[in-house]
Amino acid sequence: MASDVRFPFPGLFKGMWVTLKALFTKAPVTMYPQEQEIPVPRARGVISLDVDNCTVCMLCARECPDWCIYIEGHKEEQPPSKPGGKPRARATLDRFDIDYSLCMYCGICVEVCPFDALHWSPEYEYSEENVSLMLHDKERLTDWLATVPEPPALET
Amino acid sequence: MMDFLDGFWIQLVLKLVGIMLVVLTGALVVIYAELKIGSHMQTRIGPYYAGGRWGWAQPLADGLKFLQKEDLAPDGADRTVYGFAPYVVMMSTIAVFVVVPFGPDLVGADLDLGAFFLLAISSLSVLGVLMAGWSSANKYSLMGGLRAAGQLIAYELPLVLAVVAVVIQAGTMSLNGIVDAQSQTLFTVAGFDVSLPYILQGQIIGFVIFMVAAVAELSRIPFDMPIAESELTMGYLTEYSGIRFTMFFLGEYASMIALSAIAATLYLGGYAAPGLPSNLANFAGPGVLLLKISILVFFIIWIRWTWPRLREDQLQTLAWTWLIPLALVNIAIISVFKVVF
Repeated sequence: MASDVRFPFPGLFKGMWVTLKALFTKAPVTMYPQEQEIPVPRARGVISLDVDNCTVCMLCARECPDWCIYIEGHKEEQPPSKPGGKPRARATLDRFDIDYSLCMYCGICVEVCPFDALHWSPEYEYSEENVSLMLHDKERLTDWLATVPEPPALET
Repeated sequence: MMDFLDGFWIQLVLKLVGIMLVVLTGALVVIYAELKIGSHMQTRIGPYYAGGRWGWAQPLADGLKFLQKEDLAPDGADRTVYGFAPYVVMMSTIAVFVVVPFGPDLVGADLDLGAFFLLAISSLSVLGVLMAGWSSANKYSLMGGLRAAGQLIAYELPLVLAVVAVVIQAGTMSLNGIVDAQSQTLFTVAGFDVSLPYILQGQIIGFVIFMVAAVAELSRIPFDMPIAESELTMGYLTEYSGIRFTMFFLGEYASMIALSAIAATLYLGGYAAPGLPSNLANFAGPGVLLLKISILVFFIIWIRWTWPRLREDQLQTLAWTWLIPLALVNIAIISVFKVVF
């Protein structure tokens, strides 16, 4: 007899007991459209934008592996801080779009943003029937900001 | 009314319609049971929306979908053989039910050689599988078909030998005779006549051998080497689509019912149940047999969703070095008991 045929008898019957128990246990399934699924508090659902914090540094757009962030901006002349000083330039955001049909939810943009302009929100219901509608503009991204949970308390 | 039923052709048509109805609706029910039981064993829900409640219409919807699909054949295929293979598989499965008794009179034909007919006709399905594998002009199909043929040769022997033991014990090959032999009174306890099915009369080893070989004949997990998806795509089914695939699919589930019906008749007492008066056997018999069939079918489904697949050499080793010697020993023991008592 070939020596590699063993009869794993206790294991086979243990397995049958496991499947029998599973058969009579209620399946842990959320019937999603009828029943709302509640994501964990810091789930990565959608990326929201805080326009006031953005300095148009383009770090997020450059680090994005999918190149799904489109940023346009211009410089605005600001009055000098001291009388007789040089007028300052301030970067203003014209366009900030994230194409969620390309985004792979890696979160690198949120990580690299030096000024906390991008935040994860746990919202997930923004599917569309037209792929072009998956391009969220500045206003839409700002709307998500209300759903961002409070940051965890700092360690002291 | 009863005179009307006596006509040969009327009886033939009634039997045909009855058998087709039992086999095809039974196959659909078993497909649904497989979907639901399998998914719950994997802590899923399975079909849910089709038909409104619990997805009861899922097998019907699947069937309709398959009917709409194009009936494709590869360029190099042997069209005649390729087209004919599903019919061979389907017919051999349905033909099994000709001799399975659902009651003392509810039987297609009570052949004297019933058990022999069963084994002969049920092994015909592998011919269809081999035809499908050979004619598909596909290496996966060919390997699947050849594996199925090798598996049949290996597992037909223990199957036949297990049945031989039953035939020796019953002293007849007629399936009605085997059921009658199991409902004979063995002994009397406190005024009750006790009759035992063969599984409780020392045929437990034979029953296990028969069921193992039956699952192998069905080429279901753990013996599904002929269609092993991870190695052979879908084996002999690879090139089939549409209605012909549906026939293979229905055939698989119908032969599950067929082999369970044979096992229930040979080992579990068939349509007879303890305490069932014999004048009711024609009415309650089908229900009793279907209950026994569904228990065995559940067992086959349960095994499928639990156990892993055997390797080809393990599969052959199991048959040749364990099942066949065991079946021969079983026959020897049964014969000795038959002669002594």
